Amino acid sequence: MGKTLIQKIIEKNSGKKDVKVGEIVFVKPSVVLSHDNSADISKTFEKMGPKRVFDPSKIFIALDHEVPPPDSKKALNHSMIREFVKKYGIVNFFDCGEGICHQVLPEKGLVEPSTVVFGSDSHTTTHGAFGAAGIPVGRTETASLWALGETWLKVPESFKIIINGDAPKNVFPKDVILHIIGLIGADGATYISVEFTGDYVNKMSMGGRMTFCNLSAEMGAKDAIIPVDDVTKAFLKGRLKKDYEPLYADNDAEYAKVIEIDASKLTPQIAKPHKVDNVSPVSEVKGKKIDLFFLGTCTNGRTEDLEIAAKILKGKKIKAGSRLLVYPASKEVLLECLDKGIIKTLVEAGGEINTPACGPCLGAYGGVIAPNERALSTANRNFKGRMGCSENTEVYLASPATVALSALYGEITEYQGE
Amino acid sequence: MEKIKGKIHVVKENDVNTDLIYAGKYTYEILTPEEMGKKTLEDFEKDYYKKIGENDFIVSGTNFGCGSSREQAVTCFKGLKAGGIIAKSFSRLYFRNAVNKALLVIEQKDFVDHIYSVGNADGLEIEVDAENGIILCGGKEFSFAPLTGQAKEIFDAGGLAEYTKRKLAAM
Repeated sequence: MGKTLIQKIIEKNSGKKDVKVGEIVFVKPSVVLSHDNSADISKTFEKMGPKRVFDPSKIFIALDHEVPPPDSKKALNHSMIREFVKKYGIVNFFDCGEGICHQVLPEKGLVEPSTVVFGSDSHTTTHGAFGAAGIPVGRTETASLWALGETWLKVPESFKIIINGDAPKNVFPKDVILHIIGLIGADGATYISVEFTGDYVNKMSMGGRMTFCNLSAEMGAKDAIIPVDDVTKAFLKGRLKKDYEPLYADNDAEYAKVIEIDASKLTPQIAKPHKVDNVSPVSEVKGKKIDLFFLGTCTNGRTEDLEIAAKILKGKKIKAGSRLLVYPASKEVLLECLDKGIIKTLVEAGGEINTPACGPCLGAYGGVIAPNERALSTANRNFKGRMGCSENTEVYLASPATVALSALYGEITEYQGE
Repeated sequence: MEKIKGKIHVVKENDVNTDLIYAGKYTYEILTPEEMGKKTLEDFEKDYYKKIGENDFIVSGTNFGCGSSREQAVTCFKGLKAGGIIAKSFSRLYFRNAVNKALLVIEQKDFVDHIYSVGNADGLEIEVDAENGIILCGGKEFSFAPLTGQAKEIFDAGGLAEYTKRKLAAM
């Protein structure tokens, strides 16, 4: 019987031969990711009584969830993290303004294919886009990883999701993955490692692949992987400063489920309140009035996302009375968008440009919504209260094209292509 | 481990996410478990925490704790000294965080279906034997798979922080 990709990755990073599905093994990560929650993690870490961190070069911290900090409590959080970084000699620390952890980690060449990335953020699954196993853990486990440099995993079963066909011009990776989440359900892939393959996936940009793996968290997946190919290699070139060995699933690997999707049959999709798997075609909810439009996040805050939005908004103005928040995913993205004139276009259209960070996605600062308001966002969660207020509020999730076009009309509008 | 006797509080929904259990706006304030307890399920129902007494259990549907990795959604129940959570199923990350914080989480679909079938089950008394995997409820018995192996070792140590502390001390 052949092996799945996650089996091979776990094998490689546990030093064991022939790991079986269901087996418990100890795994050593190539990097441990965290963000503003590092302040709390550092307190737990010190209570564990370690003399040092397991490897100062393998701990990655980026400040993104409360950037810039909206009050002194959050500012104190950040200063505690800076002190920790200094005390333990953490090499890969990225302060406010560098961007969202899941964007900065690969940009800085810190995601190595075929390794395990543990992160104290549920969207750590994003790094599967680079052929790694991105596995989310909690704060205490991150502290334990900082101390011990390893933790246990159960070797998961896998789903293989094969996407073939050319998507229509108005359908983006966000639409495709929302459709898949609607199909599988919010808990349909619980404990599962998801492998994405097929022509559509092979042709997808690195950004689209990150959107796919990022959102796989919303169907309960333990991780989601896209095997390394020329697109991955081109991204990693000049960033990742070491040789790597791509791993691939065996042809006769066993999958708990194989799901086939025809991308040519899809239309723009939207996740309706208050669950990410509450997905329908955009056309079913068109005309719904929106107060806040939000472009950004680890799901869709990359140059290609802001570029399509700018194309749609060029020379036009968003509907009077509505707001358009723009949060580039990183400093690199912001600089690229400045060079390409994307930021100018978005500002002229009425967009508010913010520091590269998470923004109001998690409802803690920077453009949260008021009671009785409705948001249309490129983010990854639409839970009740998610954007900072639960009093008669709604959050819809869609592609950057749907968000940008809808902003022109102040209501949900289906993008038809150019 | 002793048997736990407590009342149940039914949250009759599937996909009770961590934002609902512990709102995002509090996640970057460093609070004590007791302070966290007072935020528990606030966006589900205002002042819900006041209902949850020592050793009480939350009973809920499938995919409990889905969403964010935030551990406070587990710790808040520890702060209330709750007995634990009994659900039809849990999200992977919530289950793992619960083991790491030594919060008892029990997957028992039949028990939840039974509770759902009782008109108003809020406040009903149950007895849980975590060691042997038994829930006793009004003369009915429901069995569940107790933790084993690595997860049990961490839980029995009182959570991963204590487990790691012992491991480091032994190095």
